Amino acid sequence: MYAGYDMPAMDAKASRELRLEIEEFHLDYCHTLDSGDLAGWPEYFAEDAVYRVTARENADAGLLVGLVYADSKAMIRDRAFAIQHTQMFAPRYLQHFVTNVRVLTAEPLRAQSNYLLLQTLVDGPTTIHQSGRYYDTFVRSGGRLLLKERQCVYDTLLIANDLVFPV
Amino acid sequence: MFSANTVIGQPGSFAKEGAEAAEFKWPAEGNTTVPDWVYTSPEVYQREIERIFHGRSWNYVALEAEVANPGDYKRSFVGPTPVVVSRNTDGTIHVFENRCAHRGVEFCRQHRGNAKEFVCPYHNWSYDLVGNLQGIPFKRGLKNVGGGMPKDFKNAEHGLKKLKVEVYQGVVFATYADNIEPVAEYMTPEIRKDFDVVFAGRKLKILGYYRNELPGNWKLYHENLKDPYHATLLHSFLVSFGLLVAGSKSAMIADPSGRHGTMASAKPDNVEGVVEGKAEMRAYREDMKLADNRFLDYVREFDSPWSVTMQTIWPNLIVQRELNTLGVRHIVPNGPHSMIMLWTMFGYEGDTPEMTQHRLRQGNLMGPSGFLGLEDNEAIKFMQEGVRRSTSSAGILKLGGATEGTTASLIDEAAIRAMYRHYREEMGL
Repeated sequence: MYAGYDMPAMDAKASRELRLEIEEFHLDYCHTLDSGDLAGWPEYFAEDAVYRVTARENADAGLLVGLVYADSKAMIRDRAFAIQHTQMFAPRYLQHFVTNVRVLTAEPLRAQSNYLLLQTLVDGPTTIHQSGRYYDTFVRSGGRLLLKERQCVYDTLLIANDLVFPV
Repeated sequence: MFSANTVIGQPGSFAKEGAEAAEFKWPAEGNTTVPDWVYTSPEVYQREIERIFHGRSWNYVALEAEVANPGDYKRSFVGPTPVVVSRNTDGTIHVFENRCAHRGVEFCRQHRGNAKEFVCPYHNWSYDLVGNLQGIPFKRGLKNVGGGMPKDFKNAEHGLKKLKVEVYQGVVFATYADNIEPVAEYMTPEIRKDFDVVFAGRKLKILGYYRNELPGNWKLYHENLKDPYHATLLHSFLVSFGLLVAGSKSAMIADPSGRHGTMASAKPDNVEGVVEGKAEMRAYREDMKLADNRFLDYVREFDSPWSVTMQTIWPNLIVQRELNTLGVRHIVPNGPHSMIMLWTMFGYEGDTPEMTQHRLRQGNLMGPSGFLGLEDNEAIKFMQEGVRRSTSSAGILKLGGATEGTTASLIDEAAIRAMYRHYREEMGL
């Protein structure tokens, strides 16, 4: 079995409520990104969060590099700020689709989900920019879930030019 | 989107790609003017493959650390041509075309792996780790019904097409040329100096890979790194956080031939003190501060006056030393309008976990999602579309006059002009 896929999901009945809660988290997270609210994006992370976007070939080989690599909420905030205020790129829209949520453990709360990232350059067709999988660990803070760790592992090894917005 | 997804302005539908370019007459102004057809013409592209990538050049194919053990292999490219880099049982490294001698199958499909032999999946012809043909199933046919290869067919005459290989400072180069100077000489002392700072005497530890298609002509990537002018103008991030400003101590070094280059700069200790021409740099913003400053730290681990060296090794290698984030970029030309970029990021054996972490953090600067890296990809794409789709016919390279070669100023295009001087010689243009 592929690395990362080998962990058994929790019993369906026991995980039903947690899964719903995580699905709602994904809804909000995707809404924030798809609506272009970059400043709101870091608020889904804990202070000491790890966020990495990496190719599946790296994840499978245990290689540590990230296309995007942050090991603090402050770094995630810097990334959001850089995209908003310093970076030059062609205008585009993105839509995130997250499905197949599997809850692995309740304590700590860990889950895996599939994602599709569609990108539309304003002078081009809509294309599948990434097909990938989230490997998430959550913590609870003030009654809401926050990401303690999000590894976005994409199968689309050959990137179409670049990745601008967060996954 | 990939260049293949282009709907508006498809490659192949513009005059500059065909007849107009056929004369290949360089503008009378010389190297201060670059004609658009060098980026758009399929004929020019084919000549580049023949004379440059398959000609008298050393092409990067792998880092030795990627094929550390006997049997390790990597699927790679020389120009656009697929090759396999393989380490034999005796420790030597070999490069051969990824094409079965029988029917032409590109047999090696994994990016990396370890093998005892290479077996073509179609008819199971097998090759050893240096590319010699070992076995042909049913070579003598079947006893009662015949068939099989002719008696005079000799395996020794039908191995994989082998390239000449040289390993320099742990970096593997290959060439189709029979008669070419050694890599060290090819690279020249001017370029070796900073190349050796990264590679000599330290074993690399591979940290991982990025791959992307960049919808632009392959030369644009060389030009981008022989163009220090853009660095302080396009890359707000560099300027805003004081990594590089127009007044930084810097140099754009070209080798005597003009084909290789090193863009070098030293991170200023005090940005405020050196910022000259703030008003001219749209990117400069005094109010910007990073929330997590560790990212900008420079650990002085090299014996070099430079904190940044970006090297262009003709025709297909970029060596990145941006503070403490290190990597090589392998340029694979992919037709006049596209290139594939293969990035290998690394640190060193013996790095502490903290140092590795630091390199990974700083990696956010580069790559297809890097604060700087993605801007280069976007700008190069825009330039390719502009030269392909417009009616004008040439670009201007007059910063610094008409001089060619090394400069101390960032506001100069002498290194690009030097590259075109070499290019024209090699291409007969």
